[in-house]
Amino acid sequence: MAATASRRVLPGFGLTLGFTILYLSLIVLIPLSAVFVKTATLSPEQIWAQISAPRAVASYRLTFGASLLAATVNAVFGLILAWILVRYSFPGKKLVDALIDLPFALPTAVAGIALAAIYAKNGWIGQFLEPHGIKIAFTPAGILVALIFIGLPFVVRTVQPVLQDLDAEFEEAAASLGATRWQSVTRVVLPAILPALTTGFALAFARAVGEYGSVIFIAGNMPLVSEITPLIIITKLEQYDYAGATAIATVMLLISFALLLVINLLQAWSARRGRKEA
Amino acid sequence: MSIRVENIDKRFGAFTALNDVTLDFRTGELTALLGPSGCGKTTLLRIIAGLETADSGRILIAGEETSDKPVRERQVGFVFQHYALFRHMSVFENVAFGLRVKPRRERPGEAGIRRRVMELLDLVQLAWLADRMPAQLSGGQRQRIALARALAVEPQVLLLDEPFGALDAKVRKELRGWLRQLHETLHITSIFVTHDQEEALELADRVVVMNQGRIEQAGPPQTVYEHPANAFVHGFLGASNILRGTIRDGLFHAEGASLPARNIHQSGGEAIAYLRPHELAIARRPDPAGIPAEIRRILAFGALARIELVTLAGRVPLEVELPQRDLAGLALNPGETVHLMPQGVNLFPSAEAAILPKPVLAKAG
Repeated sequence: MAATASRRVLPGFGLTLGFTILYLSLIVLIPLSAVFVKTATLSPEQIWAQISAPRAVASYRLTFGASLLAATVNAVFGLILAWILVRYSFPGKKLVDALIDLPFALPTAVAGIALAAIYAKNGWIGQFLEPHGIKIAFTPAGILVALIFIGLPFVVRTVQPVLQDLDAEFEEAAASLGATRWQSVTRVVLPAILPALTTGFALAFARAVGEYGSVIFIAGNMPLVSEITPLIIITKLEQYDYAGATAIATVMLLISFALLLVINLLQAWSARRGRKEA
Repeated sequence: MSIRVENIDKRFGAFTALNDVTLDFRTGELTALLGPSGCGKTTLLRIIAGLETADSGRILIAGEETSDKPVRERQVGFVFQHYALFRHMSVFENVAFGLRVKPRRERPGEAGIRRRVMELLDLVQLAWLADRMPAQLSGGQRQRIALARALAVEPQVLLLDEPFGALDAKVRKELRGWLRQLHETLHITSIFVTHDQEEALELADRVVVMNQGRIEQAGPPQTVYEHPANAFVHGFLGASNILRGTIRDGLFHAEGASLPARNIHQSGGEAIAYLRPHELAIARRPDPAGIPAEIRRILAFGALARIELVTLAGRVPLEVELPQRDLAGLALNPGETVHLMPQGVNLFPSAEAAILPKPVLAKAG
């Protein structure tokens, strides 16, 4: 009797958990632990010297700052895009829908070169911005543009299906109860899609942190100003400073992990608020 | 508040949902909009609420033109078929929603909101569920919470779209009685949409029967049931036996019998008779006003026994309902020939048969 009491309704828990751990170990944990092992070949003083170098510190600030900012911009505009694609029908809608995935498919270097070309002093857009003293290409602003570009699909594609499932009935109900359009969007629609929006934000952020290809073409890569952390790592690798590269990588890994953990906790919390089960 | 609907037209592409509908709903009355699916009843309800706009016509609430008012200014409580409770809010917050979104100068304080919400939850007898989330409620409970939420803003009229549509039979019956009681306490002018004739007849003060975007008949349940205006209404409200025949000498001749009828509008020609199963008496003795028929099956369970027969002349299937006691007295057997004496025959011109909903006759709409 006691044995049957502890039995789960869904079979295969042991097997699937074992598989999950093995798979995660092979694909994620073991390669990542190599980063720590390699870093450990340095003495603590050496590690500290590497990771606290002014150039490295400036790059962390730039990478994570620009990534958070880009993910935020994407969350706002991606939401609007998803909204339009779900709620309205207009000529060329399918085309717009397909365009959204393009940043996924494009080799990031291509994106970087294209962006650098149009935002440069003599580029299509750059030539109009230049007279107003606005420089995009080869500045941190250029990095932001590139990160927004590559992160856009994540928000749109996570929010879109949830928005599709959200019946217009909820908004009608809010309106019949006297809510203004603004109130029904902020009090009814947004809370319902918040978990999806957070996921989209987290994905766009994670993608932006790891982005290399598109950024280096448009960033200008000036130390202390527009040099991203992945570039520092590459530079160190090219100088055969493997331990130094992994030390910086470790810092990136830890910050990324901490931030994603926080975002996931936030997301779980908002999802739990959405449907509390007894 | 009284509601007046004037010459409402509504088309969706090539489909005509409402065709020149004019109706009055009196203050404090509970009205049922009854009809088969696609008859335009829900569309009419949504137009009154302002969730849909009519192509032409006017809506007057308490004598005031409201056609151009947005939903949120109409003071109309709307209960959706699937309740549309906000999933991320507790039951309490759902009911409080209408109060919280009021402009600041009209909004009651936190204590006021709390008092009003608890009052409403008491009214629907679910105060103990205040802190639950909608996902934790049963269908019937959700329905009542949706109603409490709609009542929170003190609507002038209450509109319910298929209020019992998504519930199982037992809960449906319970809620029906409960809603009638609630209406008696509140006396808000209410309209509900249903395709269930039993629900409409049992619950409403007035029944409006709709078909293909038009109103077929409007009146108290008793009148609509006993004096249907046309073949459609008769066929839609309750079971009917149908006989085709001709009118001659003030009598309806069909299946070897000459029947007196309630309503002979024509002096002669073809007509269709509608006979309710409980309005047919069974006799053994032949009679000029008795339809000879053979018994096929006797279903003797429940308070009413059902007997299935076919007429001897034209092999037309008929159904008779009679109380168990009477059945026992008659001692009928399958295969036996009896004579059916109609107690009330409703005649309609045979052309109307084309729009019949239930017994599928030759012509399809």
